[in-house]
Amino acid sequence: MGELRLMKGNEVIAEAAIRCGCDGYFGYPITPQSEVMETLMAREPWDETGMVVLQAESEVASINMVYGAAGTGKKVMTSSSSPGISLMAEGISYIAGAELPCLIVNVQRGGPGLGTIQPSQADYFQSTKGGGHGDYKLIVLAPASVQEMNDFVDLGFELAFKYRNPAMILTDGAIGQMMEKVELGDYKPRMTAGEVESKTGSWATTGKTSDRDYNVITSLYLESSKMEESNRRLQEKYIQMEAEEVRYETFQCEDADYVLVAFGSSARICQKSVELARAKGLKVGLLRPITLFPFPKKPIAELAKKVKGFMAVEMNAGQMVEDVQLAVGCAKSLATVTYFGRMGGIIPTPGEVVEAIEQKLIEA
Amino acid sequence: MEVKDIIKPENLVYEKPKLLTENTMHYCPGCTHGVVHRIVAEVIEDLNIQERTIGVSPVGCSVFAYNYIDIDWQEAAHGRAPAVATGISRVNPDKVVFTYQGDGDLASIGAAEIMHACNRGEDIVVIFINNAIYGMTGGQMAPTTLLGQVTATTPCGRDAERNGYPLKITELIAQLPGTSYVTRQSAHTPASVRKCKKAIKKAFQNALDKKGTSFVEVVSTCNSGWRINPVDANVWMEENMFPYYPVGDMKDAERDSKEAHLKKN
Repeated sequence: MGELRLMKGNEVIAEAAIRCGCDGYFGYPITPQSEVMETLMAREPWDETGMVVLQAESEVASINMVYGAAGTGKKVMTSSSSPGISLMAEGISYIAGAELPCLIVNVQRGGPGLGTIQPSQADYFQSTKGGGHGDYKLIVLAPASVQEMNDFVDLGFELAFKYRNPAMILTDGAIGQMMEKVELGDYKPRMTAGEVESKTGSWATTGKTSDRDYNVITSLYLESSKMEESNRRLQEKYIQMEAEEVRYETFQCEDADYVLVAFGSSARICQKSVELARAKGLKVGLLRPITLFPFPKKPIAELAKKVKGFMAVEMNAGQMVEDVQLAVGCAKSLATVTYFGRMGGIIPTPGEVVEAIEQKLIEA
Repeated sequence: MEVKDIIKPENLVYEKPKLLTENTMHYCPGCTHGVVHRIVAEVIEDLNIQERTIGVSPVGCSVFAYNYIDIDWQEAAHGRAPAVATGISRVNPDKVVFTYQGDGDLASIGAAEIMHACNRGEDIVVIFINNAIYGMTGGQMAPTTLLGQVTATTPCGRDAERNGYPLKITELIAQLPGTSYVTRQSAHTPASVRKCKKAIKKAFQNALDKKGTSFVEVVSTCNSGWRINPVDANVWMEENMFPYYPVGDMKDAERDSKEAHLKKN
């Protein structure tokens, strides 16, 4: 058993980064995620593991620092909250285009614009459909607990390096700020120069040696045929991710007539809603997507063959519900698909969700 | 004496640097980029740091700088090269990192990134090509375009009331305690090329010695963008740009130590 601690979600991101052998963190303060960099600075990991922590002048700069450092084959990350992620969108697109591995944490707050500092899930589209310009996808992990905030740092890096693709932890102000018991991972040493070279030397800018051609990190292809070739390579990766990396969890779906689909904080609420509904004699279950991209289309399509309806429960105006509709539509199922959610930084109560099940699914 | 008697190693005064690749440069005849690329290649070769050097190319005419010098490169988003270089340098302190940027990239869209990288005193080299115009996009006004200068977006000449003033960003950079060496050079005559090489070499040596940020502006020509021939472009540069952007060293020191900084302020 690893070390047990009571920690905030944001603090755990920092601790997990140090322990998993992260080489560098570049960030800019924004509520409700500032504890990530504060914790890192207080821990002074440069003395302990040699990890670099730098406060950049903006989110624009921090994501470009990530680009540069990731381009040398190092394990690097940033974190921010919604408006800051919008500023990073340019850099994220370049990172995806240049096929660099890195980890980006979005501790979401409500929007649009400056919005609110209260929790939200309104960046679902931004995170799962690209976010910046061009055809690209991020690997998106949605933790529902402080423990998963810890676990997904390592997992995010693993997937990012496996696919040479940016990975994102999409969480929110509630999980970032709440304290829970967490079992921390063991320390993993940072990659040695030799390990970086053997793992990434074929593409990373580790310094041109006489035994290889020089490496260039770029997303620029002025020739259309070369651009399309790059586009196809990216799309093939995304297809492979959809085949191999879907992660989700089900709760009481075996005999369910109605299934809630919810991620992150909403899934925590829905777990209680399932209990309340069951106490009322309603056969309700929950499917929690853990990867938002790749989205668990197949398990939803399978459930669509036997259930009467789905309700996506989200802290936004209804974004993931579109992916649920697609999955159900692909299964040629007639199951109802509806949505319930709150916005503005308001977290729905379990009771509200049960009421919505009755009104939107059962009575309709 | 015949020609073959002259072609001997001891008579060699000029040759292609080994680090310049065989790729044909895409620059217009008369452009300064080719000369500065050559100088950078020579300096990296002279200092024997090919394996330690990582270049960061910008968005602008020199976006393809990575096609011409045989080292590892990263292509940055427009204006972000100093942030990219910071990322590379911070996690690879053994590497020599330089950015190569034009005036639009460095002094307009990337003004924040260059200021803060220099202010942090990143141990990097910045090569700044100032030709007072956007070359790649077809000759629009740059932050360094002179008053009265005609460009595609200032067809009646740059007007101070409408467009503001030509930005002397190198003078601003020289004020920052994080910088060690800040200089303005040109590369239009054999003598200026030699001086420019000396400056660029010092900048790379400073990066090796971890002295802070070294910044070399090269006042350059863009005869295509200026719509004049290369010879006239050199004359125009001397007559119009040099008075506003005077060539010479602005600072040659080391990044301020904490003690020196407190004492001065």
